Amino acid sequence: MEAKTKDLWVFVETNEDGTAKNVGIELLTPGKMMAGKQGGALVAVVIGCGADEAVKAASEHGADKVIVVDGPEYKHYSTDAYAIALCTLVEKYGPTSMLIGATNNGRDLGPRVSCRLHTGLTADCTALDIDEETGNVAWTRPAFGGNLMATILCPNHRPQIGTVRPGVFKKGDVTAANAEIIKEDIHVADDQIRTQVIELIKEMGGENVDLEGAEIIVSGGRGVGGPEGFDTIKALADVLGATVGASRAAVDAGWIAHAHQVGQTGKTVGPKLYIACGISGAIQHLAGMSGSDCIVAINKDPDAPIFDVADYGVVGNLFEVLPVLVDGIKKAHG
Amino acid sequence: MNILVCVKQVPDTTEIKIDPVKNTLIRDGVPSIVNPFDGYALEAAARIKDKNPDTKIVVLTMGPPQATAAIKECLAIAADKGYLVSGRTFGGSDTLATSYILYNAVKKIEELEGKFDAIFCGKQAIDGDTAQVGPELAEHLGYPQVTYGLEAEVDGDMLKVKKEVEEGVEVIGVKFPCLITYTKPAWDPRYPTIKRKMAANKAEIPVLGDDAFPDIDTTRIGLKGSPTNVKKTFVPQKKTGGVKIAEEDNTASAKKLFELLTAASII
Repeated sequence: MEAKTKDLWVFVETNEDGTAKNVGIELLTPGKMMAGKQGGALVAVVIGCGADEAVKAASEHGADKVIVVDGPEYKHYSTDAYAIALCTLVEKYGPTSMLIGATNNGRDLGPRVSCRLHTGLTADCTALDIDEETGNVAWTRPAFGGNLMATILCPNHRPQIGTVRPGVFKKGDVTAANAEIIKEDIHVADDQIRTQVIELIKEMGGENVDLEGAEIIVSGGRGVGGPEGFDTIKALADVLGATVGASRAAVDAGWIAHAHQVGQTGKTVGPKLYIACGISGAIQHLAGMSGSDCIVAINKDPDAPIFDVADYGVVGNLFEVLPVLVDGIKKAHG
Repeated sequence: MNILVCVKQVPDTTEIKIDPVKNTLIRDGVPSIVNPFDGYALEAAARIKDKNPDTKIVVLTMGPPQATAAIKECLAIAADKGYLVSGRTFGGSDTLATSYILYNAVKKIEELEGKFDAIFCGKQAIDGDTAQVGPELAEHLGYPQVTYGLEAEVDGDMLKVKKEVEEGVEVIGVKFPCLITYTKPAWDPRYPTIKRKMAANKAEIPVLGDDAFPDIDTTRIGLKGSPTNVKKTFVPQKKTGGVKIAEEDNTASAKKLFELLTAASII
């Protein structure tokens, strides 16, 4: 399709309580820069149920306009309802570009929508810009397990769409909320939603493993030695209020559930602090965590590749290092 | 039950090294494997067949002629039949063009094998990591999709799929026909038996070439039919300037780390 405007859209995914997922708000930061270069407005698109908080957050973080679709059919994500709503909006307003957070749902929705609109999609971007020569969005993403970066253009199809990894961009400062709010009524009938959630089986212990939204992650790898070794990892995570991550080696060994896995075949994370314990740092793991603000590595092997990306590296035994850290933090917090 | 499993032959990315002088990928001598996520999709189909023995599993791949090896591997593990889509005009296709070609291939293979109840794909391929082709194929077919599947079970006219979500595992019900993409489950896929391996080696793999789809829109395939194109590729920069701590013992190192992190207001 042809673009009707020069506007750039950011799809703001919502949680079931109507708040915005972090990545949607994060994407308003590069979105502002890109919309400026494209000469269009920055538009946040909020789809959800009772999503006033998400609309407010988008408005406070730089959106010029917020288009909101609100209804009970959007409370729980479904490919069908969200694809219908988003495609209807794109066809009506005709943005030139659209950013979607690369969460599980974003990666489910992006290809469905881009295919229906017959346009290009670039997945899992880690850098965004406007190509000076052509004015197209320059989407940069890792491939081959993070060994290679590629910059992709979508020159002749609109909108240009990309999914962008959570944690790559930082939320902007809160400003006065003065975005124009546009409410759109799009109702999706029950029989148009062809999947149904029968049951939610919470993870053992009922914990929500939200690695993508975590500010601090303490991860364990092969060096943890066994499932009981993760008790030491959890002890540090507990005092830091951190989420527990793991390398593929630890997950494959059955020491911890796959939901904790960070890396190419697990989650891509971008916390403020990532503490890698007994993780050698295979390229597939680095691909999932090298965007963290600060990386601390603890490993016995002084030549482990994890030290190449670490801001602070300790060559030593994690079982002796972590308890000292735990004590120090406990004392500091009284 | 008639299940189609889509697989891709990929370089084993764990074996890829960087040429330190030219700063490019060294792909020579890197073994080709069946994309691991596609292996999980095949295993999910095989588990359905374990419980429903009249199930037929057909494998489809697109790639150069040597991708036949990937089909043979799938035949040795669990598949009953395999098709290769291979043609010059398909080369350079991005995910949208690829999914469109695969859509045409599904329609063609259904003429020969009967309609598929379900199409299984890996969540993503480990070379491109896009996770786009599965959902795009579902859209071309007009089928519902479930992504991040772990395993699936037939329940009457629907499939009950265990799907990995942030909070744990969701069980999703979806009616046939549908498309499911699979991520890594808690168990390992089965190995081929010697007998199946020998039979697979002898199997003829039908090839669907450039002329296999007379109705295909040639403006939507190959490099020219792809909405996206690669402007440049480069090897990511390594981070430098980290602090390495190796004091006389672990306790001293830990204390030093704590001091540094506190001083930098990180914790």
